[in-house]
Amino acid sequence: MLKRQHLPVAATIALFVLMFMMGSFRYTGFFSLQVLFNLLIDNAFLLIVAIGMTFVIVSGGIDLSVGSMVALTTMMSAALLQQGGWPAWAVIPFVLAVGALFGAAMGALIHYFKIQPFIVTLAGMFLARGLCYVISINTITINNGFYTDMAQTKIRFGDNFVSPSVIIALVVLALAIYIAHYTRFGRTTYAIGGSEQSALLMGLPVARTKIMVYMFSGFCSALGGVVFTFYMLSGYGLHAVGLELDAIAAAVIGGTLLTGGVGYVFGTFAGVMIYGVIQTLIVFQGTLSSWWTRIIIGVLLFAFIVLQRLFTMRSDRKTGSVEKMA
Amino acid sequence: MAQQSVAEPILKLTGIHKRFPGVRALSGVDFRLFPGEVHALMGENGAGKSTLIKVLTGVYSIDDGTVEMEGKRLVVHSPQEAQAAGISTVYQEVNLCPNLSVAENIYIGREPRRLGRIQWKEMNRRAEKLLEERLHLRVDVTLPLSEYPVAIQQLVAIARAIDIQARVLILDEPTSSLDRGEVARLFEVVRKLRGEGMAILFVTHFIDQVYEVSDRITILRGGELIGEYKASELPRLELVSRMIGKELTMLEELPKTAGQMRASDNQAAIVEASGLGRKGAIEPFNLSIGRGEVIGLAGLLGSGRTELARLLYGADRADQGKLHIEGAGKNGVHSPRGAIDAGLAFCPENRKTEGIIEDLTVRENIVVALQATRGWFKTISRKRQNEIADEYIKMLNIHPPNPEQLVKNLSGGNQQKVILGRWLLTQPKLLILDEPTRGIDIGAKAEIQRLVLTLSREEGMSVLYVSSELEEVLRVSDRIAVLRDRVKVEEIGKSEMDEQRIMKAIAGGEGA
Amino acid sequence: MTTDSKGRYSSGSHSSWLNRAYKHHLFWPLALWLALLLFNLFYSPSFFKIVVREGHLYGSLIDILNFGAPLMIVAVGMTTVIATRGIDLSVGSVVAIAGALACQMISKGSDQSAVSLVLYAVVMALVLSLVLGLWNGLLVSITGIQPIIATLILMVAGRGIAQLITDGQIITVSSTPYQYIGAGSLAGLPFSIFLVALVFAISALLTRRTALGLYIESVGCNPEASRLAGIRAKTVMIIVYMFCGLCAGVAGLILSGNVASADGNNAGLWIELDAILAVVIGGTSLTGGRFYLTGTIVGALMIQTLTTTIYSVGVRPEVTLVVKAVVVLAVCLIQSESFRKAIISRWRTRRYPAEREVTRHA
Repeated sequence: MLKRQHLPVAATIALFVLMFMMGSFRYTGFFSLQVLFNLLIDNAFLLIVAIGMTFVIVSGGIDLSVGSMVALTTMMSAALLQQGGWPAWAVIPFVLAVGALFGAAMGALIHYFKIQPFIVTLAGMFLARGLCYVISINTITINNGFYTDMAQTKIRFGDNFVSPSVIIALVVLALAIYIAHYTRFGRTTYAIGGSEQSALLMGLPVARTKIMVYMFSGFCSALGGVVFTFYMLSGYGLHAVGLELDAIAAAVIGGTLLTGGVGYVFGTFAGVMIYGVIQTLIVFQGTLSSWWTRIIIGVLLFAFIVLQRLFTMRSDRKTGSVEKMA
Repeated sequence: MAQQSVAEPILKLTGIHKRFPGVRALSGVDFRLFPGEVHALMGENGAGKSTLIKVLTGVYSIDDGTVEMEGKRLVVHSPQEAQAAGISTVYQEVNLCPNLSVAENIYIGREPRRLGRIQWKEMNRRAEKLLEERLHLRVDVTLPLSEYPVAIQQLVAIARAIDIQARVLILDEPTSSLDRGEVARLFEVVRKLRGEGMAILFVTHFIDQVYEVSDRITILRGGELIGEYKASELPRLELVSRMIGKELTMLEELPKTAGQMRASDNQAAIVEASGLGRKGAIEPFNLSIGRGEVIGLAGLLGSGRTELARLLYGADRADQGKLHIEGAGKNGVHSPRGAIDAGLAFCPENRKTEGIIEDLTVRENIVVALQATRGWFKTISRKRQNEIADEYIKMLNIHPPNPEQLVKNLSGGNQQKVILGRWLLTQPKLLILDEPTRGIDIGAKAEIQRLVLTLSREEGMSVLYVSSELEEVLRVSDRIAVLRDRVKVEEIGKSEMDEQRIMKAIAGGEGA
Repeated sequence: MTTDSKGRYSSGSHSSWLNRAYKHHLFWPLALWLALLLFNLFYSPSFFKIVVREGHLYGSLIDILNFGAPLMIVAVGMTTVIATRGIDLSVGSVVAIAGALACQMISKGSDQSAVSLVLYAVVMALVLSLVLGLWNGLLVSITGIQPIIATLILMVAGRGIAQLITDGQIITVSSTPYQYIGAGSLAGLPFSIFLVALVFAISALLTRRTALGLYIESVGCNPEASRLAGIRAKTVMIIVYMFCGLCAGVAGLILSGNVASADGNNAGLWIELDAILAVVIGGTSLTGGRFYLTGTIVGALMIQTLTTTIYSVGVRPEVTLVVKAVVVLAVCLIQSESFRKAIISRWRTRRYPAEREVTRHA
């Protein structure tokens, strides 16, 4: 069922395979299942966050607050665990609820007061990161039993292992794909991204869906934050700076159009994998500093955007429709 | 003509009032819609047709008056509620989601589900069945809607309306972007639905179509109800005169003046296209336009009229052929800027997306093209801009006569006049008008047509006039070029110009 | 406003001075800024005190102008880009790159205080900024890529480029002429303020005295109609992106000159967001069209005043971000018509959600 619409995602997946192969040829020890698993382990949080971002972008909006939300989650968790003495089973639902509510609030502002998503989520980003600093300027290390367990547990598949975070991330991925393609909420999200005006006139529950989309993104940011906390075992205001850019890049490389209405959750997964493989390649290379990752992602972003552009130009010429601008 | 077998209207509006800041959109309007009939709602721009529709569909609130459906009071607060009440609308700009598939567009919000999970196969199957049985349309329902032309998209919109068990179907200017074949197919569907008992409210500008398919006509003017008539009992001329509230002498005068032959016809061509063509848009054609000539371009939608006009202007680039414009350099014209410098002007078909700059004022919209020819530094002084604006507002009767008014607040007809003013200001040798009177009320239509004739006769301006309304083309042109399927097939001179002749040329020969 | 016999198209007879002032685009930004300044007056009366020491002026107000200079300059460039319905997310990276290149070139010279060397380094940095702006402009106008995406590329890759230039280090220089740009004084006031005035003057002249302003607003509102009307939309877009890049370069030099060093990672971090905020507060809409340079300056001043207020009031600087967020939201809410209407006629608009959507004139 390889339709024309699926081409960008197929290209992304192909690129990932290509890069992985490239690495395998150049570096010994690259071609191993564990390397692949490490990719997932190191980027599980990015995957979760990027999934939430995908929904927002498909609905025609954007969420710049995700990185700060991750940081806030780590900070709140650390403060509650270490200073408040809360048990893990109370902290996690709490921070997830905060993330969801935060997202819903932004969604409400965006929809009911017609303020651009860019600005509202920008304010959200400031607010979340600011709250981080208000809680504590410095790092708070976590030594709660549950968290350290989660950080150290290895789920074994033969000789290889993954962390529990990976399982969480993959579950979220599966759920997200289901939601996007098999639920009314998911389809309405696509409809709104295609034409909000039409969705309204068609009688779709636009307000409810838009707010839920941002709530979902907030939830994913918080969940990503929880996973990140397992990974870093600390709360710190400077965590995940720039994460929103990585999430957006992953979604775009995965075939999601920033104009909305088009995108596949699986594509975002491929985008995150590419992000991870680039990092791994650089580590294996050894001499290049990590800021090369940025440049390469930038170049890739450029290539994919041009590809998307050619793709949409051709389909526009067919129906003679007029281009939308940002 | 359907018989009215039901005594009670399904929809009854009484004394509707709706106000906007500074505008009284509807004043005490009554309206009745019976099941099993097609009821046309007519009026010039600003008469209140759109407002009435939006009131019915829950987009606007009413200030006063009642709406009753099947005898019971009906109040809807949103399109969702209107839909639930059984009122479905198909808008002029098809309001569906182009990125979703055909099947999804029909079923979204009501997709067949099992335990919360959408059943795609079932949905696609139902969509195919619905389209084929009720609309005689066979398409791949899994493709995105954007892959299909507007005519098909509209039918999909109607399919959605039918499937929601709508009892009232509102068609808001559905035929503006359709060609004759597509209109015929649409009307077939409409008649079928009428036969099944659907109440259909049909809003349109096209008088032919009103008589072709409606049973009853309601006329609005200036937000007030003029009257409700049976289509069979209302002659055309009377319909039009009630719509504009004036005698029709101005329209009747025009054919006489256009028919006069002019003395100085044999002048060198000021624009000459030889073998000009663009792949996928229009086959190579020859066309020569003399000074002061009005050349009409006739043909069905999609025959290449707009494409031809755009090639002449340089809005699109030609693949082959030569274009000679008197006064232009040897290299001809490659961009709108070059075209303007050479003395061309172009009023595009789609004034909203290609014509008006809506957030700017009337003054700015008028001077912009002239300013563009002068480059950056030679600005037109504010004083001079004000003079220009006042002059053209007066000349073209633009209303409201405020040069600082934002163009987006003007009605369609006045917006068109602003664009016309913009181009007249550049004093072009050749004015290209692509559907200049589309979506405009009769009064403004006549004004524009009269202006075109005056310009060509008295100022020697050449005009290329593209229109899908044959009578209009006949009325203003000295010569008509006929296009069919992206090929220029004929040129018809003054002596042969009549509707039959043109239509024959458009339709082509036996089996052509 | 005229009225016809039916009373249509009248916008009311109240064109009183107060009403017109209220509707002026500068009203809200100025009012809010004034409120902020007054707040300072209450809290710390010494806020408005200006002392003269050794022929130089000092005081909180001077600080605001000085430290806000880079933001004001970037925001002015950003205004023209946003007016064309675009956006430039890469200005932060350009700020870093400009400073990095200048410092790198100066540090390699034998005499770091040689005016010719500094001049050369500065010119090269500005040329590079122009080239980066050209890159953005070409992407947006020729390939037709959405501005938010096109500039995202440079935003992501740009810091990496800055690091490439500085070889991953933080380069320090000790060069009097170079430091003058960021920290010097002229006629008692910080030199950076004069740069702001210069940039503002140039942009005002360019946009209001030539037809460029009309072209920008036209392109921002309807690019296709502008093209058909003979405006070279592509050229206009390339110019505004180049101008924005140049502004970012100037700001980068000021910032780097101020601390006599270049930090590829942190220079100009998040300045693009502050700049966009300043533009929005100043009244220019993100959807393009009409733009207000003075509004942007007021917006930037407000943001800087906010930061200074927080510092001088003694609140923990960590709170800055939170307060910024609240202020941004407040300004946008006030500017949002829906919010104003909701306050006035609360229930009606909530029950007819589509009424606000579909108000296009038929």
